[in-house]
Amino acid sequence: MNALPHPVLNVVGVSKSFGALKVLSDISFQVGKGETVCVLGPSGSGKSTLLRCINWLEKPDAGHVYLNGEPVGVTSAGVVMNDHRLSQIRTRIGMVFQHFALWPHLTVLQNLIEAPLQVQRRPKAEIHEEALALLAKVGLEDKRDAFPARLSGGQKQRVGIARALAMRPDLLLFDEPTSALDPELVGEVLVVMRDLAHEGMTMVIVTHEMAFAREAATRVLFLDRGRMVETGTPDQFFSRPATERARQFLQRYAAEAVTAQR
Amino acid sequence: MIHDFGIVWNERGLLMSGLANTALLSVIAAVVSLLLGAALAPAMMSRRRAVAGAARAFVDAMRCVPFLLFAYIVYYGLPSLGINFDNWSAGLAALMLYNTAYMAEILRGAWAAMPREPIEAGTAFGFSGVRLFRRIILPGLVLSAGPVVGNQLIQIIKDSAFLTIIALPELTHAASSIQSRYYVPFAAFITAVALYWGLCLVVEGGVNVLRRLADARR
Repeated sequence: MNALPHPVLNVVGVSKSFGALKVLSDISFQVGKGETVCVLGPSGSGKSTLLRCINWLEKPDAGHVYLNGEPVGVTSAGVVMNDHRLSQIRTRIGMVFQHFALWPHLTVLQNLIEAPLQVQRRPKAEIHEEALALLAKVGLEDKRDAFPARLSGGQKQRVGIARALAMRPDLLLFDEPTSALDPELVGEVLVVMRDLAHEGMTMVIVTHEMAFAREAATRVLFLDRGRMVETGTPDQFFSRPATERARQFLQRYAAEAVTAQR
Repeated sequence: MIHDFGIVWNERGLLMSGLANTALLSVIAAVVSLLLGAALAPAMMSRRRAVAGAARAFVDAMRCVPFLLFAYIVYYGLPSLGINFDNWSAGLAALMLYNTAYMAEILRGAWAAMPREPIEAGTAFGFSGVRLFRRIILPGLVLSAGPVVGNQLIQIIKDSAFLTIIALPELTHAASSIQSRYYVPFAAFITAVALYWGLCLVVEGGVNVLRRLADARR
């Protein structure tokens, strides 16, 4: 893989173990501005852990993460950052969770406003205006005063995406954003993600939606048992996978891919 | 009988000052035990075994002592160890310490039952430390633990009646001094019961507000 001149995200040699189980082994990759990188792989291959190492929800055992050239989690002097410094960096990395993780005590609109107001401390009027625009963008203007408990799964996840966008992040992380949804609700979330990809949002997406990855990704990473086995354009990966592991993986998803191409 | 209530009415000043003292004791004990309990709950959930064990031992021990005995020990027992209190300090200390254990256990349970993901989302969105607790964790705790905490407030109000045995001039003490002076036990005690009931209604009103807020968010 060619090194990008100014990558938004640079992951260098990240490893992580849980006890005796090595979940990630020496993972390195870069994400350029406006790229949509889909991380694929079987369950338990370390995809979610990799995503969580990027914003240090999990502390990597080894390796470094850089956001726009600035180190995340560990300073360039090798010292682990204090919570305050790490929190400042995290405000520039949006995250969308598998189970939505909306704040249940706040309304939809308040969920969008909470972090920009309390953590980023941006002007309230500006945040409010942007939040309303984001709700319109994900088609949920009329739900602004509803509590998350009153929404469908698809609506919750669209709020989750809007909440992440309200931070004006440099990078957006998606942790299996459609895995917890009923099949008929997956589409409405993927539509929003596809729009973001076209608008040039920089995104890393852990997903099992092969059709989405094939269509929307600029690049695909394939993980298996904690190792990055393969990386390439979706066209390379889906049409001419280079490794036996990737071929096996794709065969299992073949039926799904056929459905999606219709 | 009406005459008896007339006597109690004539002594309403005494009853009202008893009621005020009961309310004061209960409010202070409730606020302090809630704060101490909120500090103790994280200790009970600490990953350090010694810290968690000590906190757990305090809570378990406290919850297994009858309050009346505990008040006796604080007021009559501790002076023999050289620790002296007046009756107000002893009564308040007993109420606060005793209920700290309950509050800690209530908050620990509510915290442990909270879904992990919204808290993690807080961390991912840049909340940490006190801000994470205040903005993300605490509102959920208040909503989910509110009714149980309210129940404990009612318990505090009722427990404060035991403090009559250390001559604290609270509501029960006032009622019993009226009955012994005029021998009107029924009227005096029923009036006191009605006043306790009134206090509990105030607490329940607060709990109901919380419950409605929680239901809308569930």
